[in-house]
Amino acid sequence: MTGIPPSLSFESRTEWLRGEGRASDVVMSSRVRLARNINGCPFPHRGTRVHRQASLQLCRRAILGAGLSPMLLWVDLHEASPLERMLLVERHLISKHHSKSRPSAGAASTAPEDPRGVAITLPDERVSIMVNEEDHLRLQVIRTGLALSECWQEIDAVDTRLESVLPYAYSSRFGYLTACPTNVGTGLRMSVMLHLPGLRLNGDIERVKRAATDMNLAVRGFYGEGSDAAGDFYQISNQTTLGRSERQVLEELEVQIIPKVVEYERMARRSFATKRLAAVEDQIYRAYGILTNARLVSTEEAMQLLSHLRLGVVLGLIKNVDQAVVNHLMLLTQPAHLQRVLGREMDQDARRSARAELLRARLLARP
Amino acid sequence: MKCDRCDNEATVQEITIRHGVRVETHLCEQCARQAGLGPTPTAPPPLHEILQKYIQATGMGHATVVAAKTRANCPSCKLTWEEFRQADRLGCPDCYTAFEAQLGPLLERAHEGGIKHCGKTPARACAAPARPERASPQNEALERMARVTSLRKQLEQAVASEQYERAAAIRDQIRQLSAGDGPTPSV
Repeated sequence: MTGIPPSLSFESRTEWLRGEGRASDVVMSSRVRLARNINGCPFPHRGTRVHRQASLQLCRRAILGAGLSPMLLWVDLHEASPLERMLLVERHLISKHHSKSRPSAGAASTAPEDPRGVAITLPDERVSIMVNEEDHLRLQVIRTGLALSECWQEIDAVDTRLESVLPYAYSSRFGYLTACPTNVGTGLRMSVMLHLPGLRLNGDIERVKRAATDMNLAVRGFYGEGSDAAGDFYQISNQTTLGRSERQVLEELEVQIIPKVVEYERMARRSFATKRLAAVEDQIYRAYGILTNARLVSTEEAMQLLSHLRLGVVLGLIKNVDQAVVNHLMLLTQPAHLQRVLGREMDQDARRSARAELLRARLLARP
Repeated sequence: MKCDRCDNEATVQEITIRHGVRVETHLCEQCARQAGLGPTPTAPPPLHEILQKYIQATGMGHATVVAAKTRANCPSCKLTWEEFRQADRLGCPDCYTAFEAQLGPLLERAHEGGIKHCGKTPARACAAPARPERASPQNEALERMARVTSLRKQLEQAVASEQYERAAAIRDQIRQLSAGDGPTPSV
């Protein structure tokens, strides 16, 4: 399959949006990625177009033939429309970097785009494999709730299958060789998407960020590197990949650090609930009020309001909205999703109006 | 600035303190040499020049050795160390061998003191030597590459400890193993 079939559902079956799993009141999703490269082939940014075509073909064949899932979607990104690319970024299936159109290094700006692609397992969208991003292969597994162990097991199996047919670049001293030396070794990044409105409201978020940085963990926003913490969502991930095994990183994040952050966030929320802080309740009900009445809503505002609403749902203040609905709305109100759901291209003003309409319709719908 | 002794441009500056008074002398290269200051033509050339001459004279022109010693470029993708420092991206898997010496301290800083891989190993990297009956062309190529990497390390050590006969023998082994390998992708 090439290109995103219009019939594909973008509404319900995505695994990481289910709002279930361990600690799902705080942990939205867990993600594990591995960086891998083909031996004897320059890294994507360094090779010629011919090199990239060759690595794309080789990896595509290996991925499609590895029996990873009963249904696998392959998208040639260099041929995909801007809207399709944006859709995949919003769903966390490809990076922003991978979505951007760029001519081959040294080629004229009118030259054809760099050959690159992505494979996605359907219908759960749990596994995605980017080809010719910064590295030849970027494998990722994303799941709902705190599930780093499950993500690791799944990606390890996918990696082992690919490794049996692809000659990976590996050295006994440096491990898996990557374009950027900050990924060399395990090529592993484990990250957890956390919803931390409690820690933001009681002011402890800065302390958590500092502590995480001291432990050499990265703290990023909703859309990864360089993005802001939209709507109190923070991604915490490991940075060290050389000299520490996958098990050690997993143990540190899943057993020691993340449960602590979850505990702090829950304590903050409990204290709001028992003290019934008017300011917090006011913020939640105002958010609900705006979301169910406004006529124009921007992406950023929607994200912030839905974050407050999510807190209201978790605290039991908002009873007629399900957490999974809030999670879905965070995605459906993003620009590309909005246009996809409504089936037409829209400019920014039209989107603000359509977004408000969608929010009202979904939140006021009676089951 | 002009030389204190002739009309040439001064390139050497000497500052001395005599009886608590600062005295500055500006000389051109020629006058400085006469005065016994600055670089003299009889001074021995730096060690790396001797080594490079030796490598060229004995035909040990293997790019990896030169790269490691003079920070030239990666033999496979031609990336220079300076290019890497500008972009923070290496050019190909072979860059890790070509720049191994320079990368070591950098990786140690970036990975909280981590210097050696610890964790998952590709099955073929550990299984291939133990089970030669399953050797495929790809496995053989990988084994050969692993052997070349190890030999290159030994070669660097031999050159560093001035064991030139040993270095020449290792170089011949590397040549034999890498015959036919080029920078083209193995795809």
